[in-house]
Amino acid sequence: MPSTRRQLVTDIVLQGTATEVAEAPSRAKVLRRLRLGDALFRIITRTAAIIVLMLLGGVIVALVSGSLPAFRAYGLDFLTAEVWNPVTEKFGALAPVYGTLVTSLIAMLIAVPVGLMVAFFLTELCPMWLRRPIGIAIELLAGIPSIIYGIWGLFVFAPFLQQTLQPLLIGLFGNIPILSSIFAGPPYGIGILTASLILAIMVLPFITSISRDVFDAVPPVLKEAAYGVGCTTWEVFRSVVLPYTRVGVIGGVMLGLGRALGETMAVTFVIGNAHKISASILHPGTTISASIANEFTEAVGDLYTSSLIALGLILFFITFVVLAIARYMLMRIERRIG
Amino acid sequence: MAIAARTNKLYAGRRRRNNLMMGLACAATLFGLGWLVLILGVLVWEGFSGLSLQVFTEMTPPPGAAGGLLNPIIGSLMLTALAVAIGTPIGVLAGTYMAEYGRHDRLTSVVRFINDILLSAPSIVVGLFVYEVMVAPMGHFSGWAGAVALAVIVIPVVVRTTEDMLLLVPNALREAAAALGLPRAYIVRRIAYRAARAGIVTGILLAIARISGETAPLLFTALNNQFWSTNLNAPMASLPAVIFQFALSPYADWQKLAWTGALIITVTVLALSIIARALTAPRKTT
Repeated sequence: MPSTRRQLVTDIVLQGTATEVAEAPSRAKVLRRLRLGDALFRIITRTAAIIVLMLLGGVIVALVSGSLPAFRAYGLDFLTAEVWNPVTEKFGALAPVYGTLVTSLIAMLIAVPVGLMVAFFLTELCPMWLRRPIGIAIELLAGIPSIIYGIWGLFVFAPFLQQTLQPLLIGLFGNIPILSSIFAGPPYGIGILTASLILAIMVLPFITSISRDVFDAVPPVLKEAAYGVGCTTWEVFRSVVLPYTRVGVIGGVMLGLGRALGETMAVTFVIGNAHKISASILHPGTTISASIANEFTEAVGDLYTSSLIALGLILFFITFVVLAIARYMLMRIERRIG
Repeated sequence: MAIAARTNKLYAGRRRRNNLMMGLACAATLFGLGWLVLILGVLVWEGFSGLSLQVFTEMTPPPGAAGGLLNPIIGSLMLTALAVAIGTPIGVLAGTYMAEYGRHDRLTSVVRFINDILLSAPSIVVGLFVYEVMVAPMGHFSGWAGAVALAVIVIPVVVRTTEDMLLLVPNALREAAAALGLPRAYIVRRIAYRAARAGIVTGILLAIARISGETAPLLFTALNNQFWSTNLNAPMASLPAVIFQFALSPYADWQKLAWTGALIITVTVLALSIIARALTAPRKTT
């Protein structure tokens, strides 16, 4: 058995002082072998760390080289053109980029306040014995695979919205000038709004769990001092906890935004995959990830494939920037809390 | 009197505001938990009725016929096992370097930053990456490409937990071992790994939970397969890909199978994350 042999090797070294002088050469040999193994192990682990670096480099190189044909054919017009026509091989990224940004924006508008309020509840109001169960439940929500959200959104949530929320919105804002075009009918069920709402549900647990962690890290002395001068619970949260943890909260929100931007399956099911920009958020649209997921395997011709990879590059660039900011913010608050 | 009345009014306003916000916080929590109940409820309702022995013993059917999910289940198991086999050693070793050798290195801080980005990078981009480096040169979709794509997702999860867990091992343990004259590699493997074992296993379990529901990176690497196949050089079926295909189809029995598959995946993922949590739960005995 190798493990007993290895133990023996160490035993020899450990008992080294007790061994006879005659065994000195063998002891030196064993020591050299150990030192060699030591250096080797260090090199192996270092290589593994470098492989992680190369993964990111590989992703960037692969995406750039894959998208070259598209950028060579369309130039920077690719970014500003709305057309998406596989038959004439004219492609532009504007509609998917618009869809990605709009769905994520609406999702964050809903998820950030709700997520912060849930974290407020968990850290300040919730009775001790309930904290752990609710915390775990929220984290389970984060663990559900996105395809489950997708299938649920398609069969349950979209028809529900079609019958309730969407007609309500259309009726409510139908006569108000600008809002009437944002909420212009008919109620399709699927569309930008449905995708945004599902994204909001998916992002909520990320924002909650990170903000709960940073709220928990506020020194109790600060809060106690605020209570001492007569602040209400909400005032303590609003004027002490939130300002103190601002950087961390922004980091958590950016992390959630990174998720929302790149989310694929949940959106693909309910967005409708229409390559056009419409003013109404009730209309079908598309996002970068949904376009890739829907069309990549059916893409015929190099230019079509390359255009989709170029979309992937744009998505990667956007999420990279957002995630880098998020990590930077979270690193800053970690350093301050120590 | 007038001042007292005014402060009273001010105080009442502050209290009202406080109550309103506390009410809103409770409502937000109920709202968040409500979705969990709704989604799991529908999933159990729709998926359970389709659950039978047949699901685990028969192949995916053509539309209109009866069948099961045997080939995607086997495919998912194979892809997951392979991805873990590829990703875990790299992840654990990289985490080891960061926590044990290069704790204050520049390389470590760069790797930590990059790893955190990879951890939340869109998984569909990983699919495109593997398509470019494996599928396009080989000329066909394959199980291997799917496994590599999943491994790329496993690595950052394992790196992160391994590093965190090794950093939690008290330095006194390492120093005691070093004082005995043990070489560094021994200290890492026999002392640090042993002390951090539960945490590292948790990381691997979390990684499995993460990839068992991943669909996007499989769509254009492993693709899908209607038939029984364990050939890793050919397209391979997987549960998420089959759910995607069946749910978007117009056939009622395919949609039924998609729900059942979704239930299987969710139960697996939730069980894995609960086990992982139990492993690292703070022990009461100190």
